[in-house]
Amino acid sequence: MRKSIETPTDSKNPVIQTVGMTRRFGEATAVNQVDLNIQKGMIYGFLGPNGCGKSTSIRMLTGLLLPSQGQISVLGYKLPEEAELLRPKIGYMTQKFSLYDNLSVEENLNFVSQIYGLSKQSAHTRKEELLHLYNLNQYRSRMAGSLSGGQKQRLALAAATLHKPELLFLDEPTSAVDPENRRDFWEHLFDLSNAGTTILVSTHYMDEAERCHALAILEKGVKRADGTPQALMDNMGANVVELSGPHLRELKSKLLLSDDVVSAAQLGTRLRVLIRDHIPKPEKWILNLAPQCEAESVRPSLEDVFVMATGHHHDEPAITEVGHVQ
Amino acid sequence: MFNSLQRVSAIVRKELIQLSRDRMTFGMIVMIPLIQLILFGYAINTDVRQLPVGLLDLNQTSQSRYLTQAVEATNAVRIQYVYYSLQEAENALTQGETKAVLHIPADLGQRLALHPNYPGNAGRRANWSQPSPILPVAQWLVDGSDTMVTAALKSLRAMPLSEIANQFVRQPVASFEIVQYFNPEQRSAVNVVPGLLAIILTMTMIMFTAAAIVREREQGNMEFLITTPVHPMELMLGKIVPYVIVGLIQIAIILGMGHLLFAVPVRGGLLTLLAAALLFIFASLTIGLIISTVAKTQLQAMQMTVFILMPSILLSGFMFPFEAMPAPAQWIAEALPATHFIRLIRGIVLRDASLTGQTFDMVWLLGFTIIGLIFASIRFKKRLD
Repeated sequence: MRKSIETPTDSKNPVIQTVGMTRRFGEATAVNQVDLNIQKGMIYGFLGPNGCGKSTSIRMLTGLLLPSQGQISVLGYKLPEEAELLRPKIGYMTQKFSLYDNLSVEENLNFVSQIYGLSKQSAHTRKEELLHLYNLNQYRSRMAGSLSGGQKQRLALAAATLHKPELLFLDEPTSAVDPENRRDFWEHLFDLSNAGTTILVSTHYMDEAERCHALAILEKGVKRADGTPQALMDNMGANVVELSGPHLRELKSKLLLSDDVVSAAQLGTRLRVLIRDHIPKPEKWILNLAPQCEAESVRPSLEDVFVMATGHHHDEPAITEVGHVQ
Repeated sequence: MFNSLQRVSAIVRKELIQLSRDRMTFGMIVMIPLIQLILFGYAINTDVRQLPVGLLDLNQTSQSRYLTQAVEATNAVRIQYVYYSLQEAENALTQGETKAVLHIPADLGQRLALHPNYPGNAGRRANWSQPSPILPVAQWLVDGSDTMVTAALKSLRAMPLSEIANQFVRQPVASFEIVQYFNPEQRSAVNVVPGLLAIILTMTMIMFTAAAIVREREQGNMEFLITTPVHPMELMLGKIVPYVIVGLIQIAIILGMGHLLFAVPVRGGLLTLLAAALLFIFASLTIGLIISTVAKTQLQAMQMTVFILMPSILLSGFMFPFEAMPAPAQWIAEALPATHFIRLIRGIVLRDASLTGQTFDMVWLLGFTIIGLIFASIRFKKRLD
């Protein structure tokens, strides 16, 4: 059995549900037996490094790729058979900017509203609303190709939400955006979520993942863990201790020799050490190994969870079962 | 239904805006037909005249000079090089300096005296009981690899020799009289310009549509577009309608300029012309769509366009008469929309032929378009795999 941390929300009304979703490209398996259960109104994150199967998963959930195996149900529609019925109800923001560079901001939005069959009146109202909401009003006649990364991203979000979809897919939406724009962008996402839109977002930024209501950690196409960020941190199976003192580099190599130390990473003058939770008093335990140092127990971060879930130093059943990791 | 129309018109409008901003493509729409028309209208000439040739005169008498003048007077050739030995002449042929050499043998006088075409000989000959072998008076050494040149020189074979004898040339009574309908002056442009319509439209229509769709895929627009409710058929239609307009503009340019520059008549009705042109434009655009479902990059789309373009130029009847081709080549030609269109357009433009007589070509183009459209929209998957 796969170890999976139950999400606290009720699981009766899933917007996205998959069982054993798998996609192979020739010999390679891009997504391997992924089960998902995503509730309405959630911001759900896919966290993982590049090539972990985030985009492939999103493309299967939007009906753009056929699954090699497994069942997928999105908004109650069975995929891939009912993909066309699903289309009007979802919005999709691609990883690469996919609107037209040689159309202006306004022309792009007009085009999208016609494609989604909005009436002239509502198309106009919606366009003005979005131009103001996403701060694009002063750029309305500028060519989309000449916008900055942040502006492009806001335009793409406006286009993806123009027809008020129930479900929004965002594939690495902030990869070409500076931190301030990223923060603003997430504010917009929370507004959308508040209004009842379910959002599935993929990212490789820990801080973004932490903002999600729930997330799945993907690695090499396998779901390593899922749950709310808090539950993931609480149940990660290790304690975090930060050491400060002399000779941190040497100390790090020494600590890593122990089977009970999952990882040790230097953060400036401190060494962040993950110790398996079967060690009862980790602070004391580590001071035996590093007598000249000071030790302090700290709150785990999502990065620690990520390391625990995907790192090479653990023996989770899910990992040995798949057999990817030595 | 209404939504469907709205989506098609959204794509058409978008495409037109993009086209108007793409100066390069916009320029090509006008310049390709214009330049090619001028180029081919003047250059393509199947009627060989004033061909530069060499002369090897081993006779060097007044008779040989008269013969040379008579040959030049036909206007078929123009003597540009003079050689003094057979070896030199053959060498010139090998080097490609000239395509043909007139070889006048040293015994020209003797040969003329025996030749039946030489005035005064005809009556005498009949009395001879034991004729010595009759030889042609001179020889053409021709680079036979060029069939057009060879054919032109072959027409000189039976040239009358009376002129050499300084006698009045009596026109022989022809066995056949040739009445030249539709193009009495035998100008190549009259035949070339309507054919050029087919070639230029084949090139631009296929290339533009194929590139227009493949570009969306290359630039990533397609990934967004296929998650919207747009139907493949709507996308296909929306993509080809703007290029129908482009095609009509090009037809107007070619026929208009053809009329101004080369006095090519447009004898048929404009509505008939429009009907035939639309059928062909749709058929060509359909090929473009099919290519776009196969090609992954714009470069591949270009290469596939050339693959269709070459046989369209060579087999459609544009360059060589369709009827003279071997049967298998005719089968291939029949599969190309250009062949049917060239038949139609030459009929309409040059002969004012009615469409009822050309139903087969019309129906063929229509059928090709419908089957092609269905095929392309089946092949076009709203998926990435």
